[in-house]
Amino acid sequence: MHELSIAMSMVEMATEECRRLGAERVTTLHLKLGLLSGVVKDALLFSYEIACEGTLLQGSSLLIEEVPARVYCPRCASEKTLESIQLFACPTCGELTPEVIEGRELLVVAIEIEEKPQVAEAIA
Amino acid sequence: MSTPRLVEVRQNVLKQNDLLARSLRKRFADSAVLVVSFVSTPGAGKTALLEHTLRSLRETGLQVAALVGDLATDNDADRLARSKAPVRQITTGTVCHLDAAMVENALGDWDLAALDILFIENVGNMVCPSSYDLGENLRIVLLSTTEGEDKPLKYPTIFNTSDVAVITKMDLASVVDFDLEAARTNIQRVRPGMTTLEVSVKTGAGITNYLDLIVSHVKQKVSI
Repeated sequence: MHELSIAMSMVEMATEECRRLGAERVTTLHLKLGLLSGVVKDALLFSYEIACEGTLLQGSSLLIEEVPARVYCPRCASEKTLESIQLFACPTCGELTPEVIEGRELLVVAIEIEEKPQVAEAIA
Repeated sequence: MSTPRLVEVRQNVLKQNDLLARSLRKRFADSAVLVVSFVSTPGAGKTALLEHTLRSLRETGLQVAALVGDLATDNDADRLARSKAPVRQITTGTVCHLDAAMVENALGDWDLAALDILFIENVGNMVCPSSYDLGENLRIVLLSTTEGEDKPLKYPTIFNTSDVAVITKMDLASVVDFDLEAARTNIQRVRPGMTTLEVSVKTGAGITNYLDLIVSHVKQKVSI
């Protein structure tokens, strides 16, 4: 189970970005998670909550976009989505292929931040 | 209340590890040392195979060394040291895998140019090591006959990120009704084209082929 250390890296990245932007807190983190990343979604969601405690991300939500495994099929000469990562074969022609194009992602795509309410206060 | 704002980040979570692994790979290339890592479940025979490997390759005159990762104890390092090859232990504490930073720390100022092959034995774990590049040139995944032939289907990611599969404890294959053809088929399903070898450290069967494969990857030292 390495999801906790991965969640901590995500929180660190988001915190750094939040500080750089001078924002108050992070409300949502958007993550792309490939099926071949070796990271388990449920374990990551569980670890994320723990990793966020006491940080600028406390109470934030983690939105995970799962990325299926895509391979290149030399016989069809095109990209295909694997039906299962237990079988690296083209779903159309059955050719076995080791060429992975997509599916290893572990990528923080974006964060949603809340700005400090200084401007609003100034107007009031 | 201010309205949340969406900001694009697009950063790989393992960026730090990947960058470090890249710099290690360059250091290995500059020293012309081949780096081979072993991954498997606990008890698949990594240490036994590595001990045998270190001893046999030393006898052929190659300079070999090993880094060995474990959660606790330095028992494995002690076992490997019997081969007389230099061995360093990485005790990870509670961490279930090696990462590039642990490898870098353990290497310290080790003169890699004096070596032909450096072996890295990962912590026994079929899941987490697959996410971490250690800068190695060759990743060998071990599958022992006693684990069953369906392991590749249960852990496709570790097979998919490895370069060579070695089936160990072949001397026990008949005792546990191990279906070698099924194991080979399962490996090809999750990593088409993967080189697969069978060995028994106990009887020595298949070891020559396996050592030949490793030696075939040893880089030619550039003489200055």
